[in-house]
Amino acid sequence: MSIILDHVNYVYEGDTALAVHALKDVNLVIPDGQFIGLIGHTGSGKSTLVQHLNGLLKPTEGSIYYNGEDIHAADYDKKKLRSRVGLVFQYPEHQLFEIDVFSDVCFGPKNLGLSKKETELRAYAALKQVGLEDEYFYQSPFDLSGGQKRRVAIAGVLAMKPDVLILDEPTAGLDPRGRDEILDQIARLKEETGITVILVSHSMEDVAKYVERIIVMNRGSVMYDGAPKEVFAHYRELEAVGLAAPQVTYLMQALRAGGMPVAADATTIGEAKEEILKALGKE
Amino acid sequence: MGIIKTEKLVFEYIRRDEEGNVEGITRAVDEVDLDVKQGDFVAILGHNGSGKSTLAKHINAILYPTEGAVWVDGMDTQDEKHLWDIRQEAGMVFQNPDNQIIGQVVEEDVGFGPENMGVPTEEIWARVEESLKAVGMYEYRKYSPNKLSGGQKQRVSIAGVIAMHPKCIILDEPTAMLDPNGRREVVRAVRALNDVEGITIVLITHYMEEIVHADRVFVMDQGRIAMQGTPREIFSQVERLKELRLDVPQVTLLAHELKKSGVDLPDGILTSEELVQSLLRAYRGQK
Amino acid sequence: MLRDITLGQYYQTDSVIHKLDPRVKLVATICFIVSLFVVKNWVGYAVAAVFLAVMIRLSNVPFKYMVKGMKAIVFILLITVVFNLFLTPGETLVSVWKLRITKEGLQLAVMMAVRLSFLIVGSSVMTLTTTPNSLTDGMEKLMRPLRIFKVPVHEVAMMMSIALRFIPILLEETDKIMKAQIARGADFESGNLIRKAKAMVPLLVPLFISAFRRANDLAMAMEARCYRGGEHRTKMKPLRYAARDRIAYGVLAAYFALCIVIRTCL
Repeated sequence: MSIILDHVNYVYEGDTALAVHALKDVNLVIPDGQFIGLIGHTGSGKSTLVQHLNGLLKPTEGSIYYNGEDIHAADYDKKKLRSRVGLVFQYPEHQLFEIDVFSDVCFGPKNLGLSKKETELRAYAALKQVGLEDEYFYQSPFDLSGGQKRRVAIAGVLAMKPDVLILDEPTAGLDPRGRDEILDQIARLKEETGITVILVSHSMEDVAKYVERIIVMNRGSVMYDGAPKEVFAHYRELEAVGLAAPQVTYLMQALRAGGMPVAADATTIGEAKEEILKALGKE
Repeated sequence: MGIIKTEKLVFEYIRRDEEGNVEGITRAVDEVDLDVKQGDFVAILGHNGSGKSTLAKHINAILYPTEGAVWVDGMDTQDEKHLWDIRQEAGMVFQNPDNQIIGQVVEEDVGFGPENMGVPTEEIWARVEESLKAVGMYEYRKYSPNKLSGGQKQRVSIAGVIAMHPKCIILDEPTAMLDPNGRREVVRAVRALNDVEGITIVLITHYMEEIVHADRVFVMDQGRIAMQGTPREIFSQVERLKELRLDVPQVTLLAHELKKSGVDLPDGILTSEELVQSLLRAYRGQK
Repeated sequence: MLRDITLGQYYQTDSVIHKLDPRVKLVATICFIVSLFVVKNWVGYAVAAVFLAVMIRLSNVPFKYMVKGMKAIVFILLITVVFNLFLTPGETLVSVWKLRITKEGLQLAVMMAVRLSFLIVGSSVMTLTTTPNSLTDGMEKLMRPLRIFKVPVHEVAMMMSIALRFIPILLEETDKIMKAQIARGADFESGNLIRKAKAMVPLLVPLFISAFRRANDLAMAMEARCYRGGEHRTKMKPLRYAARDRIAYGVLAAYFALCIVIRTCL
């Protein structure tokens, strides 16, 4: 069970003068159950890439396999693919349309042709998974706060019970607490269900705390792909393309340069604290 | 009196249910006293729904106080004859870059404010040029706004406000929808305006890194001012900030954690350099 | 799909026509269209053709680009021709089954085809060489006299230019919402008309909400920048006639006079 991208290229408006080569020869293997951070600045191709994973965009060249099957083969059931690979867009609350929260979350499973009972069970479970209290279920989604709306929208995708959940900048525009709550919720969900999660972000700090693998996109190509420590070790190169490693990484580098014996590859506050305390002999 | 002053400012709005019956009254701003000196860089922090945007809209006379009063450069915002003077002197930049650009060409958008004010044509051109140069967008003057990045669009919006020659600019979460690069561009432009042109800045945000250089910080919670002081004073209260649904820059947080574990560090560390220096000092002192 | 319609999309280049005051181009386009109905014979059409050809040449817009824009209306053109060709009574030239092509029909069909294509090419010369913005400016100024009859000329022009600014943004938004709903299993393609209409609800509701939110934000931003309608307003780019605009009016008058002469004398 995996997603494989084989020499994927994508060109926007191919036959016009405005052609943009959004993806260039992307090769990736996404095995089951990984927690992945997909990083890149605006225009790096990360949003284009995730839209390929559930077949919304078709590669100009190259192929994509889901569980060994070519998703653009003539007889492939794309609708089913979209229920297996759930994609939550940026500002997903902008897609809410139903009169109440519960009906909106039912939209996905209903489209899958499930029975009313199954649809409602799934919607209920999904709303619980994102931590929304029962009192909001029959309110209009437009009366909720920004953070709550976003949870409802995420639940709308979760209700399809995907094996892979992709979230495109799920924290954009939220305040710090809202951001932490959403990310913690996603991490918990990952732990409980074991699904694959791909978190698209431009914040290295957010991603470093949660994920086990980071894919860095730059100008349509995969620039780095590895564990956070390996990727952040290239902090100078990341900086050159307008991405910064977590603040902590810089701090540790500076301390090392100043003669303090700390491991320079700490990427989270916890790790940094441990290293510094060790160096100061406080442990 | 400072350039912006509020006294016991209260703003309430009536909540209604689906049938239009009154459900209750929400106090979005609750007895806020603010006094901003000419030339200051003031930051207002607060989580979503803390009342900071509502407060901001009072300064530009978009909203009027339920109780209390707001003065801009000595003019009461409720005095109708000053309305246009107030809107000219207190410029406003909003959150969504797409929804505040009116022109189809960058330079035309920047000219929109002066046009409304009745500035003569030649002077509009001079103002547009100077404003676009002040935010580093002059070379994009002939572009369509749709072709710009988020950070660039916000800089155009800022230029549109500068062209009205305001005494202060209120920026209502101008970076909330931008990526880190865009955020940096905007904050740099705003700081330059304050340093070089001496324009009073009121920056509303929930990103802590953006307020490190502010002269004064106000933290809002439930419509009230919950904390105020210099960035250093604010950042030294990590636990209180967390209670108010805010976070602190990673370095400040790390310094706080280290202090808790018994490392001797000064309060309210703001920058990476400060922390590195203090830690290296502690390390050498130990040896 | 929407991109295929080049009809009327501004073509960036430098030319005398581009530099002309939008009012001149508006008046000229109207005159040209009227002239197509004034002339009734081949000499007249030849004059119109020469006039149009000169304008196209002066505009520096590649003729190919204009023809490409015509594709969208070829269908309408064909229908007109076919109707005129077969349904005009008169002297029969050819008859196939129950259909007859008459001499008059042939004449009328060719004339209509010429008229229609001249009309479309003629107006596209205007839109290809004038930015939507200066076009609205020109209209505002030309229609100014209508203010006496309480027509809100400035407001209408402002609405048009705001609409033009937001069309690309809303198109992009439509695309995004559509994709988001497809990702939730929505189906916009299959089913009969009623099903298809129903399937639009998850697209239209969010789109309307977004449009209203944008309108609200924009109104606030405009007020914050001292917008208070057309009164007291100055212009950054005021329309002023230059020498070339006067010459253009002269040329236009000469052309129109010639058309009338051709109609009355020949």
